[in-house]
Amino acid sequence: MNNLVKKALIDPSIEECIDAAPKPVGSLGFDPWGYSAEDAKLPLSLIKPLYKYMFRVEVHGLENVPPEGRVLIIGNHSGYAPIDGAMLIYALATNRYAPRAVRTMVERFFPMVPFVGNMVNAAGAVLGDPLNCKKMLQGGEAVLVFPEGVRGTGKDFKDRYKLQRFGNGFLHLAMETEAPILPVGIVGCEESLPKFGNFESLAKLLNLPYIPIGLPFPLPTKVIINIGKPMVFENGAYTEEEITEKVDQVKNQINTLIGFGLNQRKGIFR
Amino acid sequence: MSKDQEEAVLITGAGGALAQQVVSRLKGKHNIVVVDVRHKPSIGSDIPSYKMDFEKRAFEDIFKKHNIKSVIHLGRIGPQQSTLANRYNSNVLGTQKLLDFCVKYKVTNTLILSTYHVYGAHAYNPALIEEDAPLKAAGITMNLVDSVELENLCNIYLWKNPELNITILRPCNITGPGINNTMSHLLAGKRAPWLVGFSPMMQFIHIEDMSDAIVAAFEKNTSGIYNVAPEDWVSYTKVLELSGCKKIPVPALPASVPIALSRITGWRKFPMHLVNFFKYPVIIDGSLFKETFNFEPRYTPEEIFSYYRELKM
Repeated sequence: MNNLVKKALIDPSIEECIDAAPKPVGSLGFDPWGYSAEDAKLPLSLIKPLYKYMFRVEVHGLENVPPEGRVLIIGNHSGYAPIDGAMLIYALATNRYAPRAVRTMVERFFPMVPFVGNMVNAAGAVLGDPLNCKKMLQGGEAVLVFPEGVRGTGKDFKDRYKLQRFGNGFLHLAMETEAPILPVGIVGCEESLPKFGNFESLAKLLNLPYIPIGLPFPLPTKVIINIGKPMVFENGAYTEEEITEKVDQVKNQINTLIGFGLNQRKGIFR
Repeated sequence: MSKDQEEAVLITGAGGALAQQVVSRLKGKHNIVVVDVRHKPSIGSDIPSYKMDFEKRAFEDIFKKHNIKSVIHLGRIGPQQSTLANRYNSNVLGTQKLLDFCVKYKVTNTLILSTYHVYGAHAYNPALIEEDAPLKAAGITMNLVDSVELENLCNIYLWKNPELNITILRPCNITGPGINNTMSHLLAGKRAPWLVGFSPMMQFIHIEDMSDAIVAAFEKNTSGIYNVAPEDWVSYTKVLELSGCKKIPVPALPASVPIALSRITGWRKFPMHLVNFFKYPVIIDGSLFKETFNFEPRYTPEEIFSYYRELKM
């Protein structure tokens, strides 16, 4: 029964895209992190109506995504639910040039949440650990990282489109694994889930980074994604200061792509 | 030279199915002596066989009587077979005695069977854990302290006595006919515990592949620490499905509940030392062993689980 419902919910076009984006999996269809092409089809199918009809996502620069091999996708993070990640993953999985089943790094509490932890793993998300990221890049995967982390999702609405501090870890990994960096600017998710404050004491009590004061549901804003050209950084004995300069180059590129997106949209909802 | 003066290989834990497979592979090529703490292994009249506790003085007589130059240490008392104190005495102090005799009698090839359990099942584990990762098991459950201590001990000897050429193998779940560990019992039964909402990724190696791995490591004698696991992975619920096991739901939250249930029920298939292994993945990277010993398992997970499925028909 379960399988019949699952089958009915899976979109045939999504099935085709996932099958066209093969991954190094074992004989039973799993990879070491729990990804399973069969299990990834359902969540992606469920994202489709949100992508097409709710957020009416517009993507530019899909031709810049390498059709195969390792690549580290770096984007701006916003909204207190990962709508930006879901939209970008859908866009890359259904890329008409070459679909890629993207791996994304998730917060450390996910593995401890029953059902959800395994579900996100099966869809391709992985515990945000540098070793996981390194191994996946070495295995030729496309990995999505939001270097702002909770600093990006937890910022207030008044700070929208102001990039928060980027960690340097992603650049070290890109250089070590000789993976190109693909900068991405996402516009629209800031306004979809605006955060006006934080229930700080409650968040502390529950050991959560924040509990937002905002809408309990996302607004149907127009989402525009701009994908830049790959950036390559040669590995070398750089000081942390030099690494930060390179991180700033990526950050500037993302800022430029966000600017494109803001100019491309006619309003928050169109 | 009499047969007793010819160089011999001592194999411990020889009453177990894995050791017997190893013996059958080495028989004819090497002089073999076998020992087991549980009972006298019946391997064949041509192979000297002893029932012996490593801590007994008479254990040294095996080294005196036979010209032991290699040791394959597979014997271990499992967490469910005795108390922690007894296991510590046998697995850690007993192994120390064995290693001391290896030094005294100039053994030049020493293989120790450890387990991937030493890494510990933790929510923050990355996948494809390499051999230099910290051994977290003792910090997660007291029931695996002896396994971690055994490894620490072997590492000290590996460093202090390089002439022993110590090889430590950390295999994933060993399964298949004759294997007497928790996972094999669990898959052989009709019902198996399932922590509600959790299905960690797992790895399995067939007893015959593991025997081949031990023999390959023994014959090449390249000291070091190696994970032994296939490049194939499967989720726990899929394992149960393929093995024909029915899931018995066990509440997973709060974390103390499954541990308390394990303690209260004493369910053999749900031992305390493995509770977290039913929750979080411990996926090891076996590529170093694969490259060093040119090892490729022959059995697929499907073949492994079909054995357990057929047991129920």
